Amino acid sequence: MAFCNINDNRLTYLRVVVQNSPFRIDKQLKLRMVNSVSSQNNLVSVRNLTFSRGSKKIFDDISLDFQRGKITAIMGPSGTGKTTLLKLIGGQLFPERGSIFVDGQNVHQLRRSDLYDLRKRLGMLFQSGALLTDMTVFDNVAFPLREHTHLPESMIRTLVLMKLQAVGLRGARDLMPNELSGGMSRRVALARAIALDPMMILYDEPFTGQDPISMGALVHLIKSLNTILGLTSIIVSHDVHETSVIADYIYVISEGKIVGQGTPAEIQQSDSEWVQQFMTGAADGPVHFHYPAKEYVDDLLSSGKRY
Amino acid sequence: MIQLIQNLGKSTRVSFTKLGRASYFLIQIIFGITSVLVRPRLLLNQLYSVGVLSFLIITISGLFVGMVLGLQGYYTLSDFGAEETLGVMVAASLVRELGPVVSALLFAGRAGSALTAEIGLMKATEQLSGMEMMAVDPVKRIITPRFLAGLISMPLLAGLFSAVGIIGGEMIGSGLLGVDEGAFWAQMQAGIDFYDDIINGVIKSVVFGFIASWIALFEGYDAIPTSEGVSRATTRTVVNSAFSILGLDFILTALMFGDN
Repeated sequence: MAFCNINDNRLTYLRVVVQNSPFRIDKQLKLRMVNSVSSQNNLVSVRNLTFSRGSKKIFDDISLDFQRGKITAIMGPSGTGKTTLLKLIGGQLFPERGSIFVDGQNVHQLRRSDLYDLRKRLGMLFQSGALLTDMTVFDNVAFPLREHTHLPESMIRTLVLMKLQAVGLRGARDLMPNELSGGMSRRVALARAIALDPMMILYDEPFTGQDPISMGALVHLIKSLNTILGLTSIIVSHDVHETSVIADYIYVISEGKIVGQGTPAEIQQSDSEWVQQFMTGAADGPVHFHYPAKEYVDDLLSSGKRY
Repeated sequence: MIQLIQNLGKSTRVSFTKLGRASYFLIQIIFGITSVLVRPRLLLNQLYSVGVLSFLIITISGLFVGMVLGLQGYYTLSDFGAEETLGVMVAASLVRELGPVVSALLFAGRAGSALTAEIGLMKATEQLSGMEMMAVDPVKRIITPRFLAGLISMPLLAGLFSAVGIIGGEMIGSGLLGVDEGAFWAQMQAGIDFYDDIINGVIKSVVFGFIASWIALFEGYDAIPTSEGVSRATTRTVVNSAFSILGLDFILTALMFGDN
């Protein structure tokens, strides 16, 4: 039930903003309305992306597509650069080669002001929540509204309470971020990410370190937000089970390459040994349990020189 | 030997890259000034935490430095029977040198380290990155208000330091050691020039405020986002600020008071 409110709220937001013309109508609002009628099917497409950190190739010539209105998951073991991919999509990092298109715009060729306009339409949920620690929960959710809109304080209050209601934390509005549990701060961050009614949300490891109850709540939230608000979601995760439940499409990445892709059912049936190991969580397989090292016995018997 | 030259080259390159980043950072700060002027609230909050909260340490230190100057000055001057000029001595040393320099060192220790730690931790907890993703420029929103606050507070704090120091000197000089109060103030009025002494002191403190805030904010912004990285950055802030303040003080003094 709670989620119906968001929908109403979004309509009210538009209606009120449009009716009260003395308040400047935001550019992004107009853009958003244009978006919703645009017929392009892929909201984000990554083309021949190559990116390295030092000598390590994080992505090696990969191409991915993210469909509008769908939840697409990117899975892979830790350290495969999943978070890096989100930062590339958000334009915080630059690729060595290849390009990323978000809503038809090449992210890395945009001017700074256009990039910022684009980012207003993206919500990102950081793994840590990234709440501003010197503000209350309320002010954190109000932050993007205060920065980017000229709405009166009374309307900001209404909007913030609606967003907090959607994540079930309306009662926690006066708490400071250090008084929240991990699950709560992630939900506050989610409320903040939807504050400007974005067209897409990028989730960075939303399930990591959550207890079963908050995990369930988050899974449910992500799914319902996506359907009710008509968002597009990209989830980066290595929590196989939770992600498979809600994702419409999954890419499995390892060592800079896509090793498997498809709907959750297709991925489960994948004949790639690697994907099977990842999905079932077997300790040994194509991915070895041991970090590359010399022979165990030789190592124990060697002189122990530091190298 | 080759290794030594290689290392020298490497460290030179690293420090020049850092200097380049710091200069670029400064340019970004300066471009952000207009957006802060539109929202004075951001600046006021920072003036409070950077300036007002440094009030106590500056006042107490100023008082003690002035009292010590009163004692030391009296013992030296009384050898020449020139106790009456104690006022000039105390005021000139405070206004020209000790006010700007000591308050800048205290400022770097009290406010500068706090700024570095704050910004560094914001970076480590992805708050800066999060702001960027919310299309808010962290330099404009976070850094520039703090920089301006440092720039404005520093001369005021230095002035406060000198004023309290002179009171301290007077308390010791005429209160305790019996220098004639009228002579103390009259000599001071006659001996201290508004432009040569006071304005030059203010210029110094503005320069020190600029350099201390710049270093503190840059070190925080450039910190490696781990707890160790932030702690190192904080140390570097205090050390580099102290060096730059003392070095610049020498240069500025040579330029300002070189003729007499």
